[in-house]
Amino acid sequence: MSELFNLIIKSAFMDNMIFAYFLGMCSFLAVSKKVSTANGLGLAVIFVLSCTAPLNWLIQKNILDEGALSWISSDFATIDLTFLQLLMFIAVIASFVQLVEMIIEKFSPALYGSLGIFLPLIAVNCSILGGSLFMVQRDFNIQEATAFGFGSGLGFWLAIVALAAIREKLKYSHVPNGLKGLGITMLLTGLMGLAFKTFIGMTL
Amino acid sequence: MSTEIQEKEVVKIKQSESLISKRRRKILVDPLDDNNPISIQVLGICSALAVTIKLEPTIVMSISVVFVMIFSSLITSMIRNYIPVRVRIIVQLAIIATLVTLVSEFLKAFNYEMFKVLGAFVGLIITNCIILGRLEAYAMGNKPYDSVLDALGSSVGYAWIILVVAFFRELLGSGSILGWKVFEAVGWDTFPTNGLFVDSIGAFIILGLLIWAQRTRNGYIEN
Repeated sequence: MSELFNLIIKSAFMDNMIFAYFLGMCSFLAVSKKVSTANGLGLAVIFVLSCTAPLNWLIQKNILDEGALSWISSDFATIDLTFLQLLMFIAVIASFVQLVEMIIEKFSPALYGSLGIFLPLIAVNCSILGGSLFMVQRDFNIQEATAFGFGSGLGFWLAIVALAAIREKLKYSHVPNGLKGLGITMLLTGLMGLAFKTFIGMTL
Repeated sequence: MSTEIQEKEVVKIKQSESLISKRRRKILVDPLDDNNPISIQVLGICSALAVTIKLEPTIVMSISVVFVMIFSSLITSMIRNYIPVRVRIIVQLAIIATLVTLVSEFLKAFNYEMFKVLGAFVGLIITNCIILGRLEAYAMGNKPYDSVLDALGSSVGYAWIILVVAFFRELLGSGSILGWKVFEAVGWDTFPTNGLFVDSIGAFIILGLLIWAQRTRNGYIEN
């Protein structure tokens, strides 16, 4: 149990999706102008990431891996479908996002109103697909995959809310013309990354 | 096959402007500077930063993106009238994912070392917003030849930015260019390499400064 907790902390802080792997940068930069919207997107990412990681884990282990299909019949023991990995993962993510959108719209129109616009965006958020690919690369089991998905989502949420808070304050300062918007945000992200780097070397 | 032939014929019949007219040159050149996908439109930053530690993987990445971009634009634009509007994102993702799988299998077969260096980031070309963004904004509504020009312009605009970032990161972070030790060659053996540039932070700062320089030059101001 404590190992899973450590994995959540590690993937949220030390291996932060944004500062360590640059994943999900597009929405990180585009949707960080206001804290409230950043918060909505962050929560949606946590939810989708912690659901698609175990889902894709099941697909990888039961369908795609070499010999994984032997649960159907022993004739399939030599089939290796790993080349379908990217297609399967993105299809799962896109359809899961669509499903979540439909469910939320049906049962909680209020939440849909505040979150609705960000859900379709999540399908092309690199951190979701990246989470699934890393989980395969690192050979997690299903509990670890879920913990990793949740932790990575948590890290993304923390980072985007923090950046949005800084950018709201930034309105009151004088920024050189060419640096306005994206430029100053990149420099800010660099400085925030420096702060996150202090977690490196901590052992859990 | 029949749809391909049909589309090509339509283009030939209506082709009154030259292959490189003024309008088409604008489509091609605009994304290189004034409408750059990375520095002006803020698309595709994820992969721009992840692979730029060294120049060599960046070159491979650029070529992969140019390839995927051009062919996905071409295919999408050819079948654009047959894609139902409701499922267009999934169709576009399927086209991109197929091409990316091709690239990743090709790398695995011919340059396995590079495949290991790039790792998951080849797969992440799928979620590169530039590709989906250009398919959605341009290839879905324009003829194949124009779409290919647009794709070429956007992907080269992307490529030159990540190549510049990679150049500075490798130079300052590892003191080399394409693995060749520059500073030792000019006799400066004690050049202090800066670990910050190997790290992600250096990438953010170099890209931030590059954007500053470029926007100051072409006068683009974001409000």
